[in-house]
Amino acid sequence: MIGVAKTTRSAQAGLAPARSMMIRAKLGRVLGTLFWWVLSVGLFAGFWEFAWWMGWADPLLMPPPHLFLGSWSDQLKFFDLRNTIGGSGDGGSWLAVLKVAGWTSFRVLAGLLAGFVLSLTVGILIRYYRLFGNLTLPLVSLLAPISPVAWLPVAVFLFGIGDKPAIFMVFVSVFFIMTIATLAQIDDVPKSFVHAARTLGASRRQIFLRVILPAILPGLFVTLRVNLFAAWMVVLIAEAAGVGSGLGQIVMMARNTFNASLVFFTMSVIGVCGLLFDWTLRRIQEQVLWWIDDNGTRK
Amino acid sequence: MTLPAIECRNLNKIWNAQSHAPLQTLKDVSFCVGRGELNVLLGPSGCGKSTLLYLIAGLDEPSSGQLLCDGEPLQGPSPERGMIFQEAALYPWLNILDNVGFGLSLQGIGKAARNAKAMELLEAVGLQPFWDKKPSELSGGMRQRAAMARALCMNPKVLMMDEPFAALDIQTRSKMQDYLIALWQRSQASILLVTHSIEEAIGLADNILVFTSRPGRIKTQIKVELPRPRNPRDPAFHQLQDHLADLMADEVNRAFAEQESAHF
Repeated sequence: MIGVAKTTRSAQAGLAPARSMMIRAKLGRVLGTLFWWVLSVGLFAGFWEFAWWMGWADPLLMPPPHLFLGSWSDQLKFFDLRNTIGGSGDGGSWLAVLKVAGWTSFRVLAGLLAGFVLSLTVGILIRYYRLFGNLTLPLVSLLAPISPVAWLPVAVFLFGIGDKPAIFMVFVSVFFIMTIATLAQIDDVPKSFVHAARTLGASRRQIFLRVILPAILPGLFVTLRVNLFAAWMVVLIAEAAGVGSGLGQIVMMARNTFNASLVFFTMSVIGVCGLLFDWTLRRIQEQVLWWIDDNGTRK
Repeated sequence: MTLPAIECRNLNKIWNAQSHAPLQTLKDVSFCVGRGELNVLLGPSGCGKSTLLYLIAGLDEPSSGQLLCDGEPLQGPSPERGMIFQEAALYPWLNILDNVGFGLSLQGIGKAARNAKAMELLEAVGLQPFWDKKPSELSGGMRQRAAMARALCMNPKVLMMDEPFAALDIQTRSKMQDYLIALWQRSQASILLVTHSIEEAIGLADNILVFTSRPGRIKTQIKVELPRPRNPRDPAFHQLQDHLADLMADEVNRAFAEQESAHF
C-alpha cells in the first residue's frame, strides 16, 4: 500500500518538475533540521558519556544515557497501566509509559483549554462591561503574580486528590497571565480596524465577532504557546503532590527511592511530550492563524 | 433646489472641554458638500481637518453645531458615508476579495452576490488578478486601492478620505489620483478628501476648502474650474498653486509662532 502511494507520487513529481523540486527542497529542510537536532542532543549525550567513562559522573547519581535508557526494561515496571492514586506500578510495558504520559498530557491539555477559554471570556467581559471590569480587574492584578506553586494547597483543599487539582493548577498557571494578555491584545487592535468596520455599518456585536476576535486570537495563541512550558512544569508539581499518578508522581517516587536512572528516563519522556505539544500547537497556528508569523507579529 | 449631500453648520469641536487645558480643534465650521462634488480640505498638519472627517463619518460627535446629511441630522456611522484611512486598514485575516466584500457580508448578503459585486470593484481598481492574495502580499498603493474598492462596494453617497495617499511615493501617488478620478466619475459619490499637499488639492478638487491652523476654521473656499485631466504644467495650475502656497504659508507661520510662544 505504501509502495503504491510512493510510486504515484514520484510519477506525479516526474510530470511536474516544479512540484518535485518543492518536495526535494522541503525534504532538504527537514533533513537539515534533523541533522542539527541529532548533533545538539548527541553532543550533550556524548559529553555525559565521556564524563562517565572518565569516572567523573557517578553512575548511581548521574547515570549516562546508555545506562538509563539501556535499563528501560527495569524502568517500565514503575509505570502504572491504571490512572489510580498510589498505584504501585503493574505495567512493565511501553503501553504503560504511553498511558502515564497520556494522563499527564490530558491534565495539561484540559487545564490549558479551560484557561484559554475562560481568560478570553473574562478579558473580553472586562473590556466590554465597565462594571464587571471595575469589579474584577483589581482582583486579577492581585492574583496574577502569585506563583502557581502557592496555589497547590488551595487546589488540594478545593478538589482533594485526583485529576482535578492538577487540572486546576495548570488552569491557574495560565488563566491570570492570559487574562492580562487578552486585555493588552484588545487594546492593541488598531483603531482604524474598528473605525473601518463602523463606517461599513458593523454593529457592536459584529465588530466584536468579526474584527476584535480575529485580531486578538493570534497574539493569544502565541501567549498560550509560551505558557505551555510553564503548564508542563506546574502539572508535574501538582502530580507529585496531589494526584498520585502521572509522570510527576514517578519522578517523585524515583527521588524517594534513589532511582537516578528512573529520574532521567522519566525526564526524557517529559521532554519529548512537551516538544510534541509545542510542535502540535505550532502546526495548529500555521493552519488556523495563517496571517501571522511564528512570533505573533502580523505578516 | 436639491439638498446638499452634507451640510455643516457652525461646527465646534473641543477636546477635554472639562479640563484646565481644553483644546479647540474646530471653530465655527460651516460648509456644504454638493451632490457628486469632489471637495478637498487643505490645511497645515493638526488643523482639525481629520477631526472634521471623523465627525461627518459619525465616528465622533461635535461639541456644538449641526451636521446634516440629505437634510436629516446625522446619527452615527452609516455605510452611506464611506471612509478611507491613511493606512488601508484591510483585515489581515481576509483575502482581498473578502476584504472588499466585508461590508456586504455584514448586511448578510449571500456569498455569490457579494463576490460578484466585490469582483466588479476589484476590476475597477485594477486588482482583479490579486483577488485571492492576502493584504500583506500587496504594495501600499494596491492596498489603498483595495480599501477604496471596499468603501465603494457599499455604494456610498459620500466618500471621505483621510490623507489616503500620504504614505505613498510620488509616482504611486499620481497614479492613485488617476484611479480616484475614474472611480469618482463612475460612482457619482460626493468626495471629501483631506490633504496637506497643494498639488494634490488642485489636481483633484472641484472645490478647495482652505483651513486655518488650530483652531481649524475655513479660511477660504476656492472653486477649481480647470478642465480634467489637469496638467501640472498648465500656467493656470501654477497660478493657483502660488496663491494657495501663500495662503498656507501664513497659516504654517502662525502655527509655528504659536508653538514657540507656548514654550515660554
